[in-house]
This record gives sequence, C-alpha cells and structure tokens, in this order.
Amino acid sequence: MTEPRPIAPGLLGNGPHGPTLVVGRCVECGRLHFPAGPACPYCSAAPCVAGEVGPAGRLCLFTVVSNRPPGYPGPLPYGFGVVEMDGGLRVITRLTESRLDRLRPGLPMRLVIEPLFTDDAGRPVLAWAFAPEPTA
Amino acid sequence: MRPVYVTGVGLHPFGRFADSTVTALGAAAVRAALAEAGVARGGFQAAFCGTVYSGVAAGHKVLTSLGLSGVPIVNVEAGCASGGAALALGAGQIASGRADTVLVFGMEKMPRGIIRSSFFEPWREEAGLAATPAYFALRAQRLMFESDVSVRDLAQVSVKNHRHGVHNPNAMYRKPISLDEVLASPVVCPPLHLLMLCSPNEGGAAVVLSSTPAGAGSVRLAAAQLRSHLAGSVLGEHTPLSGLADDGVPTPTEMAARAAYDEAGVGPEDLDVVELQDTDSGREILSAEELGVCPRGGGGRWVRDGGGEMGSALPVNPSGGLLSKGEPLGASALGQVVELVWQLRGAAGARQVPDATVALGHTVGRGANACVVILTR
Repeated sequence: MTEPRPIAPGLLGNGPHGPTLVVGRCVECGRLHFPAGPACPYCSAAPCVAGEVGPAGRLCLFTVVSNRPPGYPGPLPYGFGVVEMDGGLRVITRLTESRLDRLRPGLPMRLVIEPLFTDDAGRPVLAWAFAPEPTA
Repeated sequence: MRPVYVTGVGLHPFGRFADSTVTALGAAAVRAALAEAGVARGGFQAAFCGTVYSGVAAGHKVLTSLGLSGVPIVNVEAGCASGGAALALGAGQIASGRADTVLVFGMEKMPRGIIRSSFFEPWREEAGLAATPAYFALRAQRLMFESDVSVRDLAQVSVKNHRHGVHNPNAMYRKPISLDEVLASPVVCPPLHLLMLCSPNEGGAAVVLSSTPAGAGSVRLAAAQLRSHLAGSVLGEHTPLSGLADDGVPTPTEMAARAAYDEAGVGPEDLDVVELQDTDSGREILSAEELGVCPRGGGGRWVRDGGGEMGSALPVNPSGGLLSKGEPLGASALGQVVELVWQLRGAAGARQVPDATVALGHTVGRGANACVVILTR
C-alpha cells in the first residue's frame, strides 16, 4: 500500500472536529490568510503564527469546471467556488458537488481532504475540497 | 511635468497568423507608428515593450529587425495591462524631461486554449485551481447576486461588442451575433457561455510619444496610471487563494481610475468614448462600474438602457472590444490607445464616435495590474 501524500506541504491539517486548512494568523492585526505565509499580506507584520480553521464553511459563489485546466490531472467536471470559513476567511476551492441545482449561496459546507489523483510514483495525492453538509 | 503627445500610432491586426513570428507582429506595428510620427532609427531616446509570452529580450528582437540605435529598451510584463504599463513608463520619460521622443509597443502570440500561466505554482495547477474562466464566472455570479445583472445582460454585452466589431477591419471576429446565439453557445463555466469570453490571440500595437505636439488636432496623453492590488479581495485578477470578507476594498481599476481622472483633470462625465477591459462580458459590466461609466451596482440597468452602444451618450468599446478583437496580452492596452487616437482624430471610419475629444482606455491583468489611460484632443 503506497502512502498518500498531501498536494503541497503546509496546507492541510486535522482538528478535533475534522479536517482543517492551515492558515496564517497575524499577531498584529489578527487577520487570517491561506496558505500560511511568513508575513501578513494585510499589514506586513512578521512572523505570523500558524492556525487551523475548519471544517465548517458557508458557500458564497460557485461554478462548474468542465474543460480540463492546464496541469490538472483529476476528474472532470468539478465544482469550483468561494467558501467562507470561521474568522471571515474566504477560500477559493474545489467543490465535490458539480450540479448547480444542488448548490446555493449560504449553503452549509464541510471541508474534506481526499485523494484527487495518483502521482507518477503511484502515490495517491490528497487535496482539499468542500462538500455540502450531508444534513443541509 | 511636461505634457505628453501621441505623434504616431501603428497596429498589426489582432487574429491568428501562423506564418508570422511575434517579432514580425511587433515590427509591423512599430514600423507603422514610426513612419506616421516621421521618426527614424535614432529618433527616439528610449523604447518600452509590453509582452507576457514572448520570451527573453522580445522588444530587443523587434528593434533588431528594424535597425538598432543603442537606446535603452525595456521589456515590461504586467499581465493584461502590460502595454499600459509600458505606456506609463514611456510617458514618465517625456514628462520628466529625460526624453523628447519615446517608442512604446507591445505584441503577443498567445498559446491556444485556456491560458497557461506560470503565475500558478505547479501544485495549484494540479489542484485544479488554474481554471482562469472559472474565476471570471465567479465574478460574474457575484455581480448577479449583489445587483440585478442577469444572464441576458451578460449576453447583451457580447451582442453589443460584436455588433461594434463588424466595422473594425483589425478585429478577429466581424460577424454580428444575436442574443439567442450567445445564450445557445456552450456553457464554459456557468453563468458564462463561450460567446461571452474573449479569445486569446495574436497582434501588435505601437505608439510614438513626444514632448512636441504633431500639429493642429494633436492628441495628448493626459494620464497613464497603473495600480496593483490591495490585500483583501478574493476575486481580483490577482487570483489569490484566500481573502477576507471585508468588501469595500478599492480595486486596482478604481484606484487607477481615480488617479487618472485627477491627473487629467476630468471626470467620467467628461468622457466621449471608452475602450475598457472585456475579457468576459461580466468584466465589461464590472469595469464600467469601477470606472464610473455607470453607478456601482447599476451595471445591469446600464446594459438594459443601451449603455455603451454606438449612438448612446458614452459609447464603450466601439472597436468591438476584446470580445471581437481577441486578446494578445502585450498588445491589447496599446491597441486600445491606437483605436482611441483614431477616434480623437476623427479617423475611425464606420465606428467613429462623432466629435470625440476625451477618451479613456482601461486594462486590468493578472498580478493584478490595472492601467487607466486618458487621451484628449
């Protein structure tokens, strides 16, 4: 069994309530950014501390990608949108749901971390997406 | 600061030209602009070249093909606003007195399909996040959620610009299309259909700037302002991965427009003709709002009232816009400037806006750089 790997280091976490995104939290202004970087993109204070947000979110905007974008080896079509998480952080994200009639603004969403494709070495590659809350 | 005048313009048509190199596209535009300005090799003191995909020393190769003169040649990349950035740098040389005559040009041969951009790290491409049309779609959807813009309004923008483009011999698409045809074209990323998106393509454009007017009716470059992004927006051309929910952060276009209006001493109410960024039809509506061509949140109403049409109070994209012309990144902003100079000279033929004296050009590109140019006669 080949061990899965994250699509990039420092993006994906796991909290007490489920999967999380690793964000930067500014020690000066308190604002969040993702992916976590060395300095705050809002006020330039450095260093920022790493934090985790998720898995809950709320759908803001959504569309569907049906034509293969450059460099993307995963399945098509896929949903694509903006989800707002705790702390007001809005994240550009893939959505597990690609049927527009199942998506609406304000829909409660849940972060999931799943294999998206298998790399050349045969390792499953983990990426994040948001799925509609099963109860929603 | 000294005034800056446009004394020569040149354009290579926008389209697909399999037999021409990008150097040839740029050289054709430069040759035409220099000839019109009556400037020979050695007659300009600096050159600025806007391009994104043309590789190392692209501008140098163009001028090598025309005869080098030892002047500084600077290649400028600012995404879709590359030509505008080159123009702003060139104008600064004249205004400051460092140069009396400057050549500014741009050209591109775009790859086919969804634009591949080294802007995205490989892992972002692998994650499916380099889907450029999807960002446009989300932005159009936001306009629809936050105001009364409808899919029909988006389609109508495309109908208008294609109707204008019929009269532009330098455009790639010169056929009128109907609202039904736009709505029946394949959905690329909802709500955007194929005919609501511009095609990346090829072309070249050039202008000669001078501290001395060319004569009566000479066109003045009254402002060329470039701005980049503030943090906080999640849907700008900087295609970030995250932002905060602090709406009301001024966009690069709003900042560049404010600065350009200040520099030129005019406001949106003074404009006679506008060429603005319409990479997709939602972008045209948003650009119109950001530039003050219509009120914020009033873009849908503006479209339904015939805003921007030829014969309206303020025609927008009489050239047909990028939707008709296609978009060769480095040439698109300067292509607007060439078009607007023709408009101000009364030389725009069947697409002439009568008695135009104040014109505005606008591009905004990845990075995100917005450029707003104001020309006056």
